[in-house]
Amino acid sequence: MRCSRVLVAALVSLLSALFLSCGSGSQSSSHVEAKNSQAIAVTGGPDNNYANGLFTTVTVCAPGTSNCQSIPNVLVDTGSFGLRLLSSSLGTLGSSLPKQTSGSDTVFECAQFVDSVLWGPVVSADVTLANQTAKSVPVQVIDATSVPVPAACKAIGPSEEDVSSLGANGILGVGFFIADCGNACTASSSANPGFYYGCVATSCSVISQAVSQQVQNPVALLPNDNNGVVIQLPAAANSSPTLSGAFILGIATTANNSPGSAQVFAPDQFGNLKTTFKGNQYAGFLDTGSNAYFFLDSKTTGIPICSSTEKGFYCPSSPAGLSATNTSSQGGNSTVNFTVVSASQLFSTGGNAVFPTLGGPNPAMFDWGLPFFFGRNVFVAIEGRQTPLGAGPFWAY
Amino acid sequence: MWNQLVRRRLKPYTALCLLIPVLLSSPAFCALGEDVSSVATDQVHMKASVRVLAANSYSIHEMKTPAGTTVRQFASPSGVVFAVTWQGFSPDLQQLLGEHFDEYVASVSSQHARRGRGVYIDTGDLVVETGGHMRFAVGRAYLRSKVPQGVDANALQ
Repeated sequence: MRCSRVLVAALVSLLSALFLSCGSGSQSSSHVEAKNSQAIAVTGGPDNNYANGLFTTVTVCAPGTSNCQSIPNVLVDTGSFGLRLLSSSLGTLGSSLPKQTSGSDTVFECAQFVDSVLWGPVVSADVTLANQTAKSVPVQVIDATSVPVPAACKAIGPSEEDVSSLGANGILGVGFFIADCGNACTASSSANPGFYYGCVATSCSVISQAVSQQVQNPVALLPNDNNGVVIQLPAAANSSPTLSGAFILGIATTANNSPGSAQVFAPDQFGNLKTTFKGNQYAGFLDTGSNAYFFLDSKTTGIPICSSTEKGFYCPSSPAGLSATNTSSQGGNSTVNFTVVSASQLFSTGGNAVFPTLGGPNPAMFDWGLPFFFGRNVFVAIEGRQTPLGAGPFWAY
Repeated sequence: MWNQLVRRRLKPYTALCLLIPVLLSSPAFCALGEDVSSVATDQVHMKASVRVLAANSYSIHEMKTPAGTTVRQFASPSGVVFAVTWQGFSPDLQQLLGEHFDEYVASVSSQHARRGRGVYIDTGDLVVETGGHMRFAVGRAYLRSKVPQGVDANALQ
């Protein structure tokens, strides 16, 4: 009798220990860092002036060594592919990262963003995210000083070369493609869009660059949990100084990254999904690197653009309640309700970096920027990688 | 109501419906604000194939660069390129914006409120809007003073 009571008590304590450990395990994604999770936060960034910037810390090392540097304030961007770090953020590590070569040329990149270009050499580095390391990853160092930005690169847009112009120490591109340019940059004709240059001294010209040599999404090169990421951010009802969340590696690889019954949105050949607004269909995308809901134009939305210094944003006279619908590639729809508040009003209160109601125009597209991610778990599956929801590329939420 | 709905839905495509391909492989391309008949430099510079479409109050000179970017230049009846749009890999904006490129770059660099992804520049006459993501940029640029009367520059794609 006593023996069995002891046994029962032992069983109870064993079960409660199991239950408790399971409980703490499920919380670990947002509180304690699981082995595949690292902290992300919406903050003002390194200059404390970024609105809706999602930042994290990335550790890079000279390949195969313990010569490493942890770099904070790197922008987490699902709208680009590959890691780019300002030379200034690397400190003395910079000179230890081997530069990629192509024949007798040193490989440089003119990374093309829609509002700017980033110029600098392609190097090899071990990249650690969430306690896991991708080895010898092609990474771009943003450095316009050693070799000047070629004219053809500058002709695309302004070159961002320092913390003040970039607003970050770097960009961690974790969208669903593995390489930043893809097949287009393997062309050796004028069909090449000109991301990669071979440079001898300061003389550079566009080169054909194999996809595997292009700057790579480091998540795709991890030994485990390499089929995608989850961006997990809590809801935000109002503007606030910060918002903390988790960047989780892998989709359905362990307990904290199960997509459950999330809806799948596969992109077309251009990387876009379909978004319907007021009865018309537009190309859309989900992008943590966009710092607002950027959608359509004043005439279509009925929302005026700010007349003041915030001209890139919308300034409705009163909060605008809106709704748009994303079409799932596996059938079904997802209607998203959101609110846009005057940017002038939002920015008039100092000290805030989190703006769940920030919106702005975008030529004929629907860009679900960072506010969309507040209160959601968004899964980004990497091209060609298997998940229980099907093979990437896709978004799911 | 149904008619209104249909009309509203069709409106963005009205211009396209009126388009008639009038020429193939026209060499006439030029930068924003320049005379459409004066130069063929953009096409040559971008090694692009070209077709010209006519709308009721402007003509559209569409070219596709070898990298697959679609560029459209909108010319007024007086022959001035009043708008350009693009879609695909980022094009050579220095070529497309011409003398307005420096103004564009200066405006982007001096944006007061930081816009992460895409720009909206309005210097009074010059308006440049961009958006999209890596591998797929969209953009629209126009000169207010050159937009023909009755044309909604926001609807140009």
